[in-house]
Amino acid sequence: MSNKANLADRPWMDPDVQPFIKLRGVSKHFGPFIAVDNVDLEIYKGELFSLLGGSGCGKTTLLRLLAGFETPSTGTIYIDGVDMTNVPPYERPVNMMFQSYALFPHMTVENNVAYGLKRDGIEKNEIKRRVGEMLAMVELTQFSKRKPHQLSGGQKQRVALARSLVKQPKVLLLDEPLGALDKRLRENTQFELMNIQEQLGVTFVVVTHDQEEAMTLSTRIAMMHNGRFMQIGTPTEIYEFPDSRLVANFIGSANMFEGRVTENGPDHIIVQCKEPECEFYIDHGFAIQEGTKVWTAIRPEKIKVSKTAPESVESNQLKGVIDDIGYLGKLSTYRVRVGDDTIIEITSPNLSRPRDGSLAHDWEDKIYLSWDPSSVVVLTK
Amino acid sequence: MNNTGQRSRFLITTTCFGLAFLYIPMVLLIVYSFNYSKLVPVWGGWSIRWYKVLFESEEIWEAVALSLKIATVNACFATLLGTLAGLALVRFGSFKGRTLFSGMITAPLVMPEVITGLSLLLLFITLKELTGWPDKRGFTTITIAHITFSMAYVAVIIQSRLAGMSLDLEEAAQDLGAKPFRVMIDITMPLIAPGMLAGWLLAFTLSLDDLIIASFVSGPGATTMPMLIYSRVRLGLRPDINALATIIIVVVAIGIILAGWIMFRQQKRRELELAMSSEEA
Amino acid sequence: MIDADEIGSPVSADKNSSLKKRLLHALQHNWKSIVVFVPFFWLLLFFLAPFFIVLKISMAEPAIASPPFQPMFEWVDDGIVQIKLVFGNFAYLWEDDLYLNTYINSVKISGISTVICLLIGYPMAYAIVRASDTYKHILLMLIILPFWTSFLLRVYAWMGLLADQGTINSLLIYLGIIDDPIRLLYTPFAVYIGIVYTYLPFMILPLYANMEKLDASLREVAADLGAKPSTTFLTVTLPLTIPGIIAGSLLVFIPATGEFVIPDLLGGGNVLMIGRLLYNEFTANHDWPIASAVAIILLIVLVLPMMLYQRTQGKQVET
Repeated sequence: MSNKANLADRPWMDPDVQPFIKLRGVSKHFGPFIAVDNVDLEIYKGELFSLLGGSGCGKTTLLRLLAGFETPSTGTIYIDGVDMTNVPPYERPVNMMFQSYALFPHMTVENNVAYGLKRDGIEKNEIKRRVGEMLAMVELTQFSKRKPHQLSGGQKQRVALARSLVKQPKVLLLDEPLGALDKRLRENTQFELMNIQEQLGVTFVVVTHDQEEAMTLSTRIAMMHNGRFMQIGTPTEIYEFPDSRLVANFIGSANMFEGRVTENGPDHIIVQCKEPECEFYIDHGFAIQEGTKVWTAIRPEKIKVSKTAPESVESNQLKGVIDDIGYLGKLSTYRVRVGDDTIIEITSPNLSRPRDGSLAHDWEDKIYLSWDPSSVVVLTK
Repeated sequence: MNNTGQRSRFLITTTCFGLAFLYIPMVLLIVYSFNYSKLVPVWGGWSIRWYKVLFESEEIWEAVALSLKIATVNACFATLLGTLAGLALVRFGSFKGRTLFSGMITAPLVMPEVITGLSLLLLFITLKELTGWPDKRGFTTITIAHITFSMAYVAVIIQSRLAGMSLDLEEAAQDLGAKPFRVMIDITMPLIAPGMLAGWLLAFTLSLDDLIIASFVSGPGATTMPMLIYSRVRLGLRPDINALATIIIVVVAIGIILAGWIMFRQQKRRELELAMSSEEA
Repeated sequence: MIDADEIGSPVSADKNSSLKKRLLHALQHNWKSIVVFVPFFWLLLFFLAPFFIVLKISMAEPAIASPPFQPMFEWVDDGIVQIKLVFGNFAYLWEDDLYLNTYINSVKISGISTVICLLIGYPMAYAIVRASDTYKHILLMLIILPFWTSFLLRVYAWMGLLADQGTINSLLIYLGIIDDPIRLLYTPFAVYIGIVYTYLPFMILPLYANMEKLDASLREVAADLGAKPSTTFLTVTLPLTIPGIIAGSLLVFIPATGEFVIPDLLGGGNVLMIGRLLYNEFTANHDWPIASAVAIILLIVLVLPMMLYQRTQGKQVET
């Protein structure tokens, strides 16, 4: 959606652009527990930046540090060039959308949204106008006099969004914004969020544990683990070019093979794997010494399944037996037993309709697996 | 399923017995207030003469008036102080002297009244020697004493209400630009208001009912309602006291039923609104 | 608090308004300390300090004067302060059987009453939790109502029931079960009834609060795993309600030990409890030092249960 090869859309690649949010050496300790471990981060204006990771990885703490609810134990935080490390939350040009929405139960929708503006001492008519605009944008105008307990989950979320945007903050922080919604609502809201962000040009920082959500929404994703960043990149970069097994396994799934580099050329690498016995030929160079232990990873959708053996090429293929099949309508997942005891996972789009309702392949079928040299990712950690 | 039936029967029986145990004395109290005979347990026919005696007694009216005054002033201050204490203990994290403070707030809840009464009286006497105040013990000293133990009860109520309130709301307010002081006024206070009301009522009731502490710290000329009742009944049963008791019980019962009814209606309304809104979405 | 009104208003050269502004600013800046300070100071003065005074007086000699005890500090001729600490009061308490017996008696009566309250109150609290919503509300109201009516009057009600010509005796005589009235009033039995009657709501409410929070599905899980209802109760429900049991028991035991009104009105002179003893020493004998000593000892007896109560309350609030 926003992956045009245009530098204007990739400010992080442009050396002339200053980051909008900058963290330098930031950590947060809670007693002996290190929630955020000495991180550096740059987020650029207009990005929809996601912090992704499992529970306890530190993403929520990082968000709260940006909001000002926690003060860093070490390091500095800059927002729009200003050192905000010790600035309290009510003085930051940052607003947050809480996971629980945190709508004030004793105020109407209108007053909830107006609250922030009132604190700024803005003139009454102006407040009315801006609140009205905001409510129209989230399509809640007819609910303006209602109280939060009279709203549905999706409506509450839109109020929370309106309330956090009405002050036109420089940065909007969102804590698991879509977590509480059901699937259909979630998909719709995803697109709404992205539209609003593009319209207003606000920099969004989103915390989520849902990788699909992160992939759909973000300009860039930062994967966090144990208080550190594992990898930061665009959704494509993270998915197709993970730089560690952790990242490869967190986003989507990956078939992992352990092996050794047996040949390292300027434009190719060969990795030999013992179990299952297989040779991987990768069609690009990699700065690595021969003999090093590495892992190769292949995504399930990149593996081709065939009843007949591929043309005689020695590498990038495996022979196996179908162990289990999952039919999901638009695609099928196969679990194929290869070698002694390894199971490979493959997803295949169901490209043609079977004539008699039978499956393309059956359990215990002997099957040939193959993949392109470009589909293999080499991982050293 | 058999066992559940048996167990429910046991529970129901015990509850009925327990409730009967609680209420029969009060019911009898009321019945005997209409007894013509002066000897309370001896039935002499229906009559309201004791109510007349009650209303004509100036002593009783004075005592009631004094008790009501004390109770009102006490409730207001106790609610104020108790709320401040509750806020401090739940929202302010650790501060110097917190353990001492926490102990002082919990202790009055369980302290035997004779100890509190005695210690306060001795305090007032010492203060009088040192500073000349309080010159005469009565309304002021009783009220001060009542505030001291009432605020503990209010603090407990406020603490439990605050503990149940997620920090999210207060953080959201801060995020929107409200300074901590403002947050307390806009968000915290309105949301603990029901707790403050409950605390006020509790403090009021406790004060109205206190005998021991008032006896210790009061002085000549200041007789509260419980003190009056006590001085009369320790010598034997008195039907005009029955009449007074009946009035009190009826007033309280009406109050509680009303409160229960209002809360019940509110809850039903909320449930309806919730159901309505989920359908809409 | 900076209102919109204040922004943009010219800085007044008037001394008064700048003082007001400074006060307001100080108030805003230090408001947290004020919030803590006010109740803290109040309690220090009116709750804590009095105990020290009681302690001091418990170590003084009685005197026929007003106030009836000798001062602790006495200025002797050349400015040397003579401190008179008398531990004789405590020794007296220890030696005189009356006091020892009364303390023991108070703890005994209060302890037994607590157990009775628990036996009656536990099933009642349980019943309320298991009741359907409408009944639950009604039952709670019924339990709370006596709590809000005058405690004194409810004790008085029992006087009417237990008296020689009281309701119970009259009923029994009427039914022909007995010929002469049984002595019910002014007996230990009456005191037990009085304490249980008065403090029962104090036992039920904490128990109810505790039980209400228990996850009902725990019981279902136990049943699903093959436990009989009685086993479920003993191994799952009961252990989880222990905090409630402790809270309720302490809420009854501690104040009941120092009870005055109930032993006085229902026990007459026959049931000596420490609360009454203290009151008598104070008002009848005018022996303030002894009364103070009695109070101090009572405090010492109760300090452990009180700390235990504070511990359980602290835990609950933090969760």
